[in-house]
Amino acid sequence: MAKTIQIQPVTRIEGHARVVIQLNDAGEVSDTKVHVMALRGFEKFCHGRPVEEMPRIVNRICGICPWNHHLASAKAADAVFGVTLPPTAVKLRRLAQHLAWIPDKLLNFYFLAAPDFVIGPTADPSVRNVVGIIQAAPDLAKKVVMLRQKGSMLLEDWLGKVIHPVAAAVGGFSTPLSAAYRDRIVAETKEQLEFALFTIKFAKENVFPKYLDAVKTLGVFDSGFLGTVTNDGTWDIYDGKLRMMKIDGSYEDFAYEQYSDHIAEAVEGWSYVKMPYAKKWGDGFSLDDAAPKGIYRANCLARINVCDRMPTPLAQKELEEFRAAFGRPAQLTLLYHWARLIELVANCEMALQLAQDPDILSKDVRADVTVKAGRGVGCVEAPRGTLIHDYTGDAQGFITDVNLIVGSTHNQAPINISVKKAAKAVIKGGVVDQGVLNLVEMAIRAYDP
Amino acid sequence: MAVRVVSEWLNSCSGCEISILNLGGTLLDLVPEKLSLVHIPALVDSKYFGPGGDQPHLSLPEAEVGILSGGIRNEEHKEVALEARKKCKFIIALGTCATNGGIPAQVNAFTNQEVTDKVFNKCLTTPPAPVPTQVVPKMTDRVYALDEVIKVDISIPGCPPHPDWIADAILALLAGKTDWKLPERSVCDTCQVIREKKAAGGADIKRSLTNPVFEVGEPIQKMRCLMEQGFLCQGPVTLAGCAGKDGNPRCVDARMPCRGCFGPIRKSANPLVEMMGALSSVGINAQSVPDRRMILNRFIGAHNKLRPLPQKPGA
Repeated sequence: MAKTIQIQPVTRIEGHARVVIQLNDAGEVSDTKVHVMALRGFEKFCHGRPVEEMPRIVNRICGICPWNHHLASAKAADAVFGVTLPPTAVKLRRLAQHLAWIPDKLLNFYFLAAPDFVIGPTADPSVRNVVGIIQAAPDLAKKVVMLRQKGSMLLEDWLGKVIHPVAAAVGGFSTPLSAAYRDRIVAETKEQLEFALFTIKFAKENVFPKYLDAVKTLGVFDSGFLGTVTNDGTWDIYDGKLRMMKIDGSYEDFAYEQYSDHIAEAVEGWSYVKMPYAKKWGDGFSLDDAAPKGIYRANCLARINVCDRMPTPLAQKELEEFRAAFGRPAQLTLLYHWARLIELVANCEMALQLAQDPDILSKDVRADVTVKAGRGVGCVEAPRGTLIHDYTGDAQGFITDVNLIVGSTHNQAPINISVKKAAKAVIKGGVVDQGVLNLVEMAIRAYDP
Repeated sequence: MAVRVVSEWLNSCSGCEISILNLGGTLLDLVPEKLSLVHIPALVDSKYFGPGGDQPHLSLPEAEVGILSGGIRNEEHKEVALEARKKCKFIIALGTCATNGGIPAQVNAFTNQEVTDKVFNKCLTTPPAPVPTQVVPKMTDRVYALDEVIKVDISIPGCPPHPDWIADAILALLAGKTDWKLPERSVCDTCQVIREKKAAGGADIKRSLTNPVFEVGEPIQKMRCLMEQGFLCQGPVTLAGCAGKDGNPRCVDARMPCRGCFGPIRKSANPLVEMMGALSSVGINAQSVPDRRMILNRFIGAHNKLRPLPQKPGA
């Protein structure tokens, strides 16, 4: 008998979604959809706000990655007013960006993803969570809890707020870094780097090998990829150009301002979130899992695929090992978890490098800003994908138009396809239980939406 | 026996939940012996429609404590809030979105029609399309704070609330104290900057385009009050607590002015009017505040504080 199954809330992700699975009379999956159920309307209510206030408003788009929205917004506001930043201001923003990623990656790997791999994908849901992890590996779990909190507090003690930050101001940064605090950043980031190296080794030895079958089958399909690279093609999460890679690995690079030539957003009648697609490819947009069109992915696996190299030695070594095993571009959806840990290592190394840069202590951290009319596109990478903030302001410096394409939305179409693939693979003859449905959710969780 | 907790996020950003995680070791001391997290979407696999996804109606497990973040923006948020009220003995409104609407309630200055018209018809990269209607819940006419929809027992404001207060409120509840609330103090009452109390002689407000004057490495006690330096700082009309139990207000610590994220000092307050008075008292031309109505209601647009302005005739 035909049947509708609803998974809601999708759990151990950082957003809100409902999965609806339709089974036909034979108990086979006939359709699936991932619905995003809320619409907040930032693009409207930012209209009329002072440009310089934007970094303090749009950080509320996401409480998991407020730093990334804060920085993308500050860059867009700088561009509206046409201001060039003092070099140290850029370095301080970069330092904050890398530091903000460290606790985020720990949270995702250990608290959200690991229960599926350590406790087991079809285990009892009452223990398939962080509490189960604490009981299964108390010492490791406690260390993660402490280091994640310590990573957060490092930003909070330095810059007032770690959640919904304020320090990136149009024209630069609100406060220089003191030598004493720099020393604390160096010491604590060394500790984070050491743990990052432990984590990726632990995952490669104990976690990923056990689930290679799932990695090879769950939610797998071929897509393009979007990410940021520097002018010479190196992985970067603060500044550079955007790179859109096709399924065959060929790519085109473009400046932020050209994003609207390359990306459009489709609206489906069943989800409030828009679905970006690669308009420049000229194939249009289709969620048909047998023949998807215009679909690219963002977030860590995309960045690892589009970059020519990592910026730091230990992360580069990890990239080489990953590429030797899975090629470029790597397409298996569950490899997001692996790519995420390569980025964890890179962020620790980059933060350490920046904190030890002699210029980082300069007091010249904010340029003079003159209010004028203009348009600015600011981009950074968030853990969940490329953020594109596009603002237009009038002569008095008030916003007249906003266009936002944010991290998780890039992966909305891919998530829909992965869920359809996963559901068709694991639901047979109408047999559905929590374990089977959790396997479907794992195809979403990999994207860390 | 452990106290059961249901946690849900409504019209929110997940920052409040990250603030819960920032309890760190305190959380480890409580979970799972003293607190049992029976439903918290960020961490635990508990589902509205049952483990097999085949129950017809949305349902939450029973619990002693329900912690809800986010305001109400659509019919589903309302349904979840009502269900939580039904199943939980005590409801905690966590964060300023839940207590006052938060930044998402800035949207209350616009009609739903204006919002959907912009989002689905007038964005640069979006080919115009009809507003989605299938499966997605209907939007409410505006953003509501939680207490406009259900009875709230404890309010912990903040964007996000400081982990100190989350722990404090939960520990108070565990000890049987059900009337926890933040002390009624202003951000200025807890701010340690220097006040010289010299009037600014009718100067216009400075927009946040430059840094204030201070010495790097000097403690906050050596910096002059940001309002006295001519910036709009909403400390006088904002509830204290952003720095937790001690410490200086956090935005000011980063040398940026307060924007009022903990909401008003008491429920009956009118921060817009009171802030205009505070500015005048230090000699700043209160009329010069840019985007005054929106900035002074930035976090508190629920409770009918913000509403669409009437259309100008002929507009």
